[in-house]
Amino acid sequence: MESEFAAQLEELKARVEGLEQNAQENKLSMVVFSGDMDKALASLIIATGAAAMGMEVMMFFTFWATPLLRDPKKATPSKDMMGTMFSAMLPKGAEKAQLSKMNFGGMGAKMMQGLMNNKNVASLPQMIELAGELGIKICICDMSMSLMGFKREEMIDYPDLMYCGVATFLEQALGSKVQLFI
Amino acid sequence: MSTMAFDKELDLRNLPCPMPVVKISKGIKEVAVGGVVKAVTTDPGALTDFPAWAKTSGNQILGTDEAGGEVSFFIKRMK
Repeated sequence: MESEFAAQLEELKARVEGLEQNAQENKLSMVVFSGDMDKALASLIIATGAAAMGMEVMMFFTFWATPLLRDPKKATPSKDMMGTMFSAMLPKGAEKAQLSKMNFGGMGAKMMQGLMNNKNVASLPQMIELAGELGIKICICDMSMSLMGFKREEMIDYPDLMYCGVATFLEQALGSKVQLFI
Repeated sequence: MSTMAFDKELDLRNLPCPMPVVKISKGIKEVAVGGVVKAVTTDPGALTDFPAWAKTSGNQILGTDEAGGEVSFFIKRMK
């Protein structure tokens, strides 16, 4: 009898442990895929809002969002031909991001920036800085970095920055109540 | 409502989303638990955003005061 109870207790313990491991926490895990100024701005507004609400936030920057985290003050290291081409074609930093609609060859983005200044809306670089102050974790996709030929030494200095792959994101996303792809 | 006592006043006028909630989340930590912050906003979204923020962050809105396009929130720090 007693050994039966002990066995049941062990089984229950194992099940509770399993449940606890899979429990979703008050966390936000976000894939930032787009390098468009408007979409990146939306992702940062949601991220900083979530941090203000006491949530732990992780942003996974991949593909076209990767060049948003290049530091315009840092020199571009020497690269192979494709890397040089990507570096020249893609924006060097968040300040150079373009609008997804009504961009008009960059004029739209400039007008939007002017409008944002008038309305006191924070710019993309300011939002990234704020994210850092709020303790938001940023992971940059290693595969995107090597695919586009970006080097770590040309990326921004951000307080909680790491380079990772899809498994790191998924591990975080599994334990997050909110997951977004922008 | 405007006579409600508070320990700290936060001027959040002319700040659009998400700044009011970002600033209040920092500002509330500047009073002791049980203390009250008065936050003055002009962002229309704050009317729904502040209650949502308070609910999620575990703080309490004691009252609001609307006058001349400004909304003041009296928020008690609960933890």
